[in-house]
Amino acid sequence: MELLRTEGISKSYGDFWALKKINIRVPEKSIFGLLGPNGAGKTTLIRIVTQIIFADEGEIYLENRKMTGNDISLIGYLPEERGLYKKMKVGEHLVYLARLKGLSAHDAVEKIKFWMKKFDVLTWWGKKIEDLSKGMQQKIQFISTILHEPRLIILDEPFSGFDPINANLIKDEILELRENGSTIIFSTHRMESVEELCDNIALINKSKVILEGSKKEIKQKYKSNTFIIEHQEDFEGLNHNFAVLQKDKLEEDYFRSVIQIKNGENPNMLLSELIQKVHIHSFIEQIPSMNDIFINQVNAISNE
Amino acid sequence: MTRVRKKSFIIMSVIGPLLIASLWAIPIWLATRDTEQRTIDVVDESGYFENKLSGNGSLNFNYVTKDITSAKEKLSENNNYGLLYIPKIDIDKPRGITFFSEKNPSIDVIGNLERSLRNNIEEIKLIRSSIDKETLESLKTDLSINTINITDSGEKTGSAGVATIIGYIAAIMIYFFIFIYGIQILRGVIEEKTSRIIEIIVSSVRPFQLMMGKIIGVGAVGLTQFLIWIFLGFGITTLVSSYFNIDQQGPVPVTAGMEEAQDEGAELVTEIFNSLESINIPLLLTAFLFYFLAAYLLYGSLFAAVGSAVDNDTDAQQFQLPITIPLIFSLIVLSAILREPDGSFAFWLSMIPLTSPVIMMMRIPFGVPLWEIALSMSLLIVGFIFTTWLASRIYRIGILMHGAKVNYRILGKWLFMKN
Repeated sequence: MELLRTEGISKSYGDFWALKKINIRVPEKSIFGLLGPNGAGKTTLIRIVTQIIFADEGEIYLENRKMTGNDISLIGYLPEERGLYKKMKVGEHLVYLARLKGLSAHDAVEKIKFWMKKFDVLTWWGKKIEDLSKGMQQKIQFISTILHEPRLIILDEPFSGFDPINANLIKDEILELRENGSTIIFSTHRMESVEELCDNIALINKSKVILEGSKKEIKQKYKSNTFIIEHQEDFEGLNHNFAVLQKDKLEEDYFRSVIQIKNGENPNMLLSELIQKVHIHSFIEQIPSMNDIFINQVNAISNE
Repeated sequence: MTRVRKKSFIIMSVIGPLLIASLWAIPIWLATRDTEQRTIDVVDESGYFENKLSGNGSLNFNYVTKDITSAKEKLSENNNYGLLYIPKIDIDKPRGITFFSEKNPSIDVIGNLERSLRNNIEEIKLIRSSIDKETLESLKTDLSINTINITDSGEKTGSAGVATIIGYIAAIMIYFFIFIYGIQILRGVIEEKTSRIIEIIVSSVRPFQLMMGKIIGVGAVGLTQFLIWIFLGFGITTLVSSYFNIDQQGPVPVTAGMEEAQDEGAELVTEIFNSLESINIPLLLTAFLFYFLAAYLLYGSLFAAVGSAVDNDTDAQQFQLPITIPLIFSLIVLSAILREPDGSFAFWLSMIPLTSPVIMMMRIPFGVPLWEIALSMSLLIVGFIFTTWLASRIYRIGILMHGAKVNYRILGKWLFMKN
């Protein structure tokens, strides 16, 4: 079941179309990657979902019903450009933000203490925000995003500004939140985190969704039936259904070949043909990385 | 919310009244302190003034009969404040009176001496023209016109002076409140925008709620601060003045003259009270509260809009100007309004919402027809609903815009941009 669905979301700023007929579906309890080059309209889409701005056209459905103004309390949003009141103390700032989300004062304090303990930052309670480093502030912001236990968590570039250790901490937390039933949308340029975390993605370029679906399906769709084979002894004269794209000599009598299978054949047939000619050391399907797909798709569009 | 907890708020709340009180107290203190006794040697060659000079209690005169040269020499020895030399003078043309001293004498002392000498000379002249002092006193006439306002409920004693003062105080309080706290709204919005917390918050509350929250919040803080100032300031001032009163009244014997002065004072007080009666106090207070709050909301939302449109204080200047001009303008024309509180100029200015709070408060103590007040109030309500609407449209877009150079055309575009 999908938690969030957008239908035909469009938004223009004067003559400029920031979004054109955006349809995305975010399944429940999944991690959804919103990808796209700078200026593609990701932040605009997020702002529409969080009801900071309104779409010119289109509807947003949350759990199959139209989203209303009250639903924003179900969302936790961590913007890309984020800040805190510098003069406030960490604890009271978190309480303030939690109360804006409708938590009672008592609940707020309890939850904040729980999360601060979890992130090992409970000692910062009485510190002023301005005395914290940028990374420390990011942690506080992350806590403020999730402490009202939102159904939908939207993170815009959550890893920027974190060192690798803290980035891992946040990553583990995101996975744990999914286990606990939250749905997470995150927008990022960092393809390795998409590779690692996302179940589903949507790729937005020039105000349009150019690719959407589960990560697995997309990879299936964009794999080119190409295999990497390491083998001993050389070979010649393969069936014309198999194209040798590349052949490197690694050592004497030891090669790595990249072979694409054309329509109608399957890997087993390639294997059986090769077995007769060479000793096979390894046989791996070349699966495109999200990075490759991203670059290919975006470039394909801009070359049109 | 953060504002109240800021140290500067607490400090200003306490320091403010102290400052106000000290503005009062220091001159009083200086005035009372300055009663230091000074002795002045007098060489009177004319013979007119011997034992007749008086220095208002702060000057003692030591009449010496030596010649001027030796008197001057003696001055440096006896540490007296100075030496007054009066040569033989023509009573009609008193020239050549000289004051010698080691330091520059204060204006006070010289003024005192001149007054005393003049009085003496005048008295001599009076005697010469055979008019005695009593005749002269009886010639002086004390006159002030009592103004009576004819109203529906009968005649009431009015006083332009009291009305002016009340009007001025009310108008200026509104002016300052808008200015001080309007700027605070502006700063607050800019701070939220530059610290980028705005996006976190507007994902929880509507921009309009946030803007109104900011305006009302700052207003409440301001009101608290104002009240603290008024109470503390009033308290301290009364305390200080009563302290000095005791100090001053103690040693001075009550003379017949003073009793007379007190009578006059009592008369003045009753006059003030009478004229206060002619001013409709409940109306004045209601109007003050209304204009105070409505004007604050009107200007506050405009300041919020400006704050949202810019990235820093310097950029704010160019948009602040058109907002503050009507405010400053209304303060400048106050004296013109005073001259003619019922003129058409005053009427129109007290109808235009941007100037009406300050101008109307100036006019009300002089008596304004109820329909005019009602009209002005309704226009002000319409005005502030309009500016709030206007501001919220600019605000909701402005707060999310960063780095864009904003000019009036862009602001206009934002205004008509759909949600």
